[in-house]
Amino acid sequence: MNNIRASLRKREFIEFCSQVYHNKMAFAGTIILFFFILMAVLGPLIVPFDVLDFGAAGDVLQPPSQGHLLGTDDMGRDVLAYLVSGSRVSLLVGSLATALSMVVGTVIGIVAGYSGKAIDNILMRLTDFFLVIPWLPLMMVLAAVLGTSIWNIIIVIGMTSWAGTARVVRAQTLSVREQQFVERTISIGADSRHIMLRHILPNVFPLIFANTILVAAIAITSETTLSFLGLGDPTTASWGMMLHYAFEAGATSQGAYWFFLPPGMCVVAVVLAFTFIGYAFDEILNPKLRQR
Amino acid sequence: MLLEVKNLRTYFRTTKGILKAVDDVSFSLDRGEALGIVGESGCGKTTCALSIAKMLPKEGYIEGGEVLLNGKDLARLSEKEIRSHRWKDVSIVFQGAMNALNPVMTVGKQIAEAIELHDKLDRAAAMQKAADMLELVDIPKDRIDRYPHEFSGGMKQRVMIAMALACNSKVVIGDEPTTALDVMIQAQILELLEKLRQQMDMGLILITHDLSILSETCDRIAVMYAGKIVETGTAEDIFEHARHPYTQRLTACFPDISAKKIIPEGIEGFPPNLIQPPKGCRFHPRCQHAIERCRQDDPAMVWLAKEHQAACHLVEMPHE
Repeated sequence: MNNIRASLRKREFIEFCSQVYHNKMAFAGTIILFFFILMAVLGPLIVPFDVLDFGAAGDVLQPPSQGHLLGTDDMGRDVLAYLVSGSRVSLLVGSLATALSMVVGTVIGIVAGYSGKAIDNILMRLTDFFLVIPWLPLMMVLAAVLGTSIWNIIIVIGMTSWAGTARVVRAQTLSVREQQFVERTISIGADSRHIMLRHILPNVFPLIFANTILVAAIAITSETTLSFLGLGDPTTASWGMMLHYAFEAGATSQGAYWFFLPPGMCVVAVVLAFTFIGYAFDEILNPKLRQR
Repeated sequence: MLLEVKNLRTYFRTTKGILKAVDDVSFSLDRGEALGIVGESGCGKTTCALSIAKMLPKEGYIEGGEVLLNGKDLARLSEKEIRSHRWKDVSIVFQGAMNALNPVMTVGKQIAEAIELHDKLDRAAAMQKAADMLELVDIPKDRIDRYPHEFSGGMKQRVMIAMALACNSKVVIGDEPTTALDVMIQAQILELLEKLRQQMDMGLILITHDLSILSETCDRIAVMYAGKIVETGTAEDIFEHARHPYTQRLTACFPDISAKKIIPEGIEGFPPNLIQPPKGCRFHPRCQHAIERCRQDDPAMVWLAKEHQAACHLVEMPHE
């Protein structure tokens, strides 16, 4: 019996994979993302990281060559090594900030939607506050006040990007709450916590999932923005920090394209990958949008 | 007496005023007994049943009266206190089973949910019991890991029944349990309920607008009109010796297959507005036999036979 179930699940999974494979956007997005994840995980094995040491510094602002595939930066560090180590930080910040934002948004959305009345009002006014406040200045102020560490960056991004998710989750909760199975669950003697966790959450999950992908893209751009503006953690190498140093070193006016182009392209590629996957999943999971 | 409802009044706050959905209703139920509550849409039968478990929508509240379950007044309990009684003492088979099941949760888990909440069993033991309950309602055990969409309408309703019985509740309320089903499945479900009622010695309250399904299943029938019980009695009393004009017209609505006249008569008019119910007997505007007294006084219940009661001024008169 469990074998039948398992094989059914397996078949569904294979079918899903084949849909991803046949959808151009999903395929491209997955490949790009996979490439960057691989780069972040296997990076240290491929690129010697000690080039980041100032002691091992080579010549300053060298164009791409045999020894340095992407040239060197203004302190003589290998740009490729920097880029690879940056991918780890950028993806880490992106995923953790997204996770934080999702948890906060989901909890606030479900509690507001299910409780209704005063609690709903208070939580939604709070959400409105975070929705309308210009997020960049808020992030800058928060980052400046909390101090520049990678964990603070994650908290700042997570805390400023949950409002949209909370709104969407609340709207869906309002609709799920009125379903009869919720009434039935109340009638079996369940309390609100049980209903929210066991019944509402699984029913709003597809929405949370779709939102995660979009928020991930925003989180990575936010990290880059903050770092570029000098609010990043100077002890960690992220793509945003690279852009920041490149700008400070005047790489653009010196024509040192190998210094600022690669990190910029990486940010664009990752954000694009997330957006592609977001659109494609919408298409795959929503049969109405599926092309014949 | 297992369940005694005394002078229950359940009202709703609406923008137009207080709606008296259930107004001074009393009835009782014994172990192993089946009571049918019948009436038109909106006459308060569902509200009446939901009041027992305090499952009212947020606009509804119990204005007065008692709901005594083994002598304990459920109407007076707080939201928190009533929780432990729900399903353990009073369980409900909901109207549309297709909507009463969570689409993203397996059927077994949904049955086990109630067992886990009340019987303090762990997941494995609860699932085992859920499987036994499925078997009790003639669904193969191996369907336990399936999702609701993999079941037919009749099977879903049987799952709902399995769920209602999972905690051995003393009173089971069937809120139009067969309304959305075709006649064959209706018969199956009713038969199943009947079998389980005898097997498990539970009190059953069957709510319906379809008198015909009550004649076979219920020991006693209560006819409701506009928030009040107008006549109660055994199935025979109601079908053969109905005394209230409303009950008479209601039973006349069921065509007799042996008679020549096929088209039922129906009852003219509409049920009254329950925010401002008519003075006197609530049925008088639609009643063919209404007399002056019906427009003034609200009739009280009158004993007619051992189990038979009706609330009509006309039954008190020597002739009918």
